[in-house]
Amino acid sequence: MDTAESSSNLKKIQVQRFKPDDNPDNHYLNEETGLWSWLTTVDHKKIGIMYLASITFFFFVGGLMALLVRTELWTPAKTFIEANTYNQLFTLHGAVMIFLFLVPSVPAALGNFILPLQLGAKDVAFPRLNLLSYYLYLAGSFIAIYAIFSGGIDTGWTFYTPYSSSTGGAVTTMTFGVFVIGFSSILTGVNFITTIHKMRAPGLSWDKLPLFCWGLYATSVIQILATPVLAITLALVAMERILGIGIFDPALGGDPVLYQHFFWFYSHPAVYIMIVPGFGVVSEIISTFSKKHIFGYWAIALSSLAIAFIGFLVWGHHMFVSGQATLASMVFSFLTFLVGIPTGIKMFNWTATLYKGSIKLASPLLYIFGFFFLFLVGGLTGIVLGSIALDVHLHDTYYVVAHFHFVMVGGMVMAFLAGLHYWWPKITGKMYNETMAKIACGIIFVGFNVTFLPQFVMGSQGMPRRYFNYIEQFQSFHQVSTIGSYILGLGFLMVFYYLVKSIYRGEQATSNPWGSRALEWQISTLPPLHNFHHTPVIVNGPYDYHKPMEEFQLGLAESGNGHGHDADLEVTKEGEDLSAE
Amino acid sequence: MDALNDFFLPPAKSTLASQTDTLFWFVHLSSLALTIGLIAVIVYFVYKYRRKSEDEVTPLITHNNKLEVTWSVIPLILVLIVFAWGYEVFMNQRVVPDDAYEVNVTAQKWIWQFKYENGAQTTGKLHVPAGRPVKLIMSSNDVIHSFFVPDYRIKQDVVPGRYTEMWFNAPEPGESIIYCTEYCGTAHSDMLANIIVHEQEDFENWLAENAGGASKPDDLPPAEWGKQIAQEYACNTCHSTDGSQMVGPTWQGTFGSEQTFADGSTVTVDENYIRESILEPNAKVVEGYPAVMNTYQGQLNDEQINAIIEYIKTLK
Ligand code: HEM
Ligand SMILES: [Cu+2]
Repeated sequence: MDTAESSSNLKKIQVQRFKPDDNPDNHYLNEETGLWSWLTTVDHKKIGIMYLASITFFFFVGGLMALLVRTELWTPAKTFIEANTYNQLFTLHGAVMIFLFLVPSVPAALGNFILPLQLGAKDVAFPRLNLLSYYLYLAGSFIAIYAIFSGGIDTGWTFYTPYSSSTGGAVTTMTFGVFVIGFSSILTGVNFITTIHKMRAPGLSWDKLPLFCWGLYATSVIQILATPVLAITLALVAMERILGIGIFDPALGGDPVLYQHFFWFYSHPAVYIMIVPGFGVVSEIISTFSKKHIFGYWAIALSSLAIAFIGFLVWGHHMFVSGQATLASMVFSFLTFLVGIPTGIKMFNWTATLYKGSIKLASPLLYIFGFFFLFLVGGLTGIVLGSIALDVHLHDTYYVVAHFHFVMVGGMVMAFLAGLHYWWPKITGKMYNETMAKIACGIIFVGFNVTFLPQFVMGSQGMPRRYFNYIEQFQSFHQVSTIGSYILGLGFLMVFYYLVKSIYRGEQATSNPWGSRALEWQISTLPPLHNFHHTPVIVNGPYDYHKPMEEFQLGLAESGNGHGHDADLEVTKEGEDLSAE
Repeated sequence: MDALNDFFLPPAKSTLASQTDTLFWFVHLSSLALTIGLIAVIVYFVYKYRRKSEDEVTPLITHNNKLEVTWSVIPLILVLIVFAWGYEVFMNQRVVPDDAYEVNVTAQKWIWQFKYENGAQTTGKLHVPAGRPVKLIMSSNDVIHSFFVPDYRIKQDVVPGRYTEMWFNAPEPGESIIYCTEYCGTAHSDMLANIIVHEQEDFENWLAENAGGASKPDDLPPAEWGKQIAQEYACNTCHSTDGSQMVGPTWQGTFGSEQTFADGSTVTVDENYIRESILEPNAKVVEGYPAVMNTYQGQLNDEQINAIIEYIKTLK
């Protein structure tokens, strides 16, 4: 047994080395079993898995709609569905993908599972609230799905007024669904922020916080500050539709452009809710698979926060042609460019991390490289759109469609898949088929580019978005794009197949298959019900690959759960020296 | 380069279009250079530093302030150039020359209408003189639409309850397509129109011929003319003439038939009912159909309405 004594500070702690088990008898999946234990669980890991299952389901629902939309566009006129059906399909595709899949994807699914493990905590700060968030999400999703069957919605996921306040169908129901999901998002944000502040293990100071946690922290800030505005906006739309109070509809004395301000005040920050947690995943994986200390820790951590804050000030770049003041457009354009800089800084720091690393091109890293290229294209075309004169030409064309798919699918979905592959052994205790994972990654990458690159050309040529019919000139581009979407769909199905298969047939995973120094890999696989048998003591940073593994497997020697200890605890030099066995 | 330009961009047919294009290529080519550069570095690192054995130890490199500053400041400068340049071109697009020729534009589901100083009025075809700035004063009768001319690289939303404006100068006679680019419902993608640019002289003649608004061409029987108007005003995006189901009730066999309304009342379709449906569409809404039709008050004169009624009568 080792002793760490600090000379000046009062705290004296004893640490001991604990090696994680590879296949423990008791773990979070078998200590409590049965359907009821899942439905009422407050375990962040199980809640994370329930989110994962739900968003996977909605991803395939949204994906199916995308394929229908793309199939309809095979010919310039009607191919197989009516215009109204088409309009409902693209609306639902957008709404499902954004509100039911992308917003909860990394934070609620992966974040829930990983965050407390990375902090050395037993759970999130408010486990019951966490469960409530999940049920709100589920309730909101069912309301939204119900809206589809009770009349449908054809407004686009943006619900622009006065179209949305005058069209038929179930717009009010749908907005109510999104409203409820919004609360789930806010509660998750509150929970994560509190957890990060209050639940860090002894020794885990802010400068040792994994970058994934920093990403979730920035995301949570945006969720808390932006989502209420969405809720208010949707409530106003509902009031207008139900009570006939004129807020946005000029026929009732309202202002339709006001709606766009409200909507984008939420939805632009929301695009960062969707992407910033992905940045966190990238940092973890790059460091692990190049076995190297992350380059520019603070640059990466703080740029996430910078994005979160500046991201609130750029909403007007969606409204350059809405009739807003020229001066306003100028200011919004300027701020839009500023927000690009922290994003660029991240890209450069990640690249620098690879320098002199020991790089293993395993499937999670392969997905990250997919992310790199696609997000780069997405970000740079964002610069194009931020330039007002160019946006005047490209706004609401397929160029914008391609841009945000490169960012959201190419960027975020790739980062999500990377994270899923990376943490899959910890979550399920099984290894997937690595060859299949690499092939699927290749198929997705190719399919994605075949789908969306032609859309940049079409859009520059003037093809407007949300078009059921189009002029013949664009047909070949649309057809290539449609073929690409089938390839892409195939890739996703393949991922689903081998991941599910691994649960039944996969090889048993060891506790730390990637040799990572991060805390979540220093516990057994599968993780115990309460995550840590011994309160972990953090002496080194999560990216200290130059130090031996033994120094990362430390726990408090005394019994007692240890949580609530001063997280900024100083461990003395002696403590470090003694920490080896 | 020309071939590349034609592949990516529509022909540049206004005086300002080429300014947009130059910026377009500047941003895209510098982005391309950056992308290739960064990807090349990554590929090189991945190859050079590939893992050779599992117990390799890597050096501790935590940060480098000089590098951080370099790769923040250089992109910042580039991006500020793009910002200032984009703003300058945008100002040229916004500031309307004093001598611009004005045309009023009205958008509504799913047609574009153009009105000229002398009362001339067209639907779906915007006639303008070549080589002279033209200013469009636009508003919408229902939801938001957006007026987009790819050949001119300009676009402006058309909003109900207020006027928005835009201008262009097309130096050469010719034709260009106009799209609606703000989603506006069922026939959004059919809400197309054309700009027809005439030589100054031809334009004057055209304008004089159409002064005072539409009147019946001499050589057409009323029903034929009615058919023309119905096409021009895009009535048939919602009303079929062959009995098929669309957004609104079909016109086939409607005249003389019994129509049931949402409130349960009924009426026999006659001239008065059709006239009322054109001018006050929401007074009586046919059962099972949404109340989405707009009034044509002020757009169709009595003579035109009569012609449409004659046309509907022929659809048995
Ligand atoms: C470098 C960062 C980015 C920049 C500079 C940028 C810039 C822009 C601009 C100027 C537009 C307006 C285009 C238009 O409507 O004409 C736009 C649209 C859009 N962007 Fe981005 N963007 C960035 C990142 C993102 C991210 C991270 C996401 C999502 C995760 C995203 C998703 C979207 C979406 C959904 C739209 C379409 C809005 C619509 O018209 O429906 N963007 N972006
Ligand atoms: Cu429109």
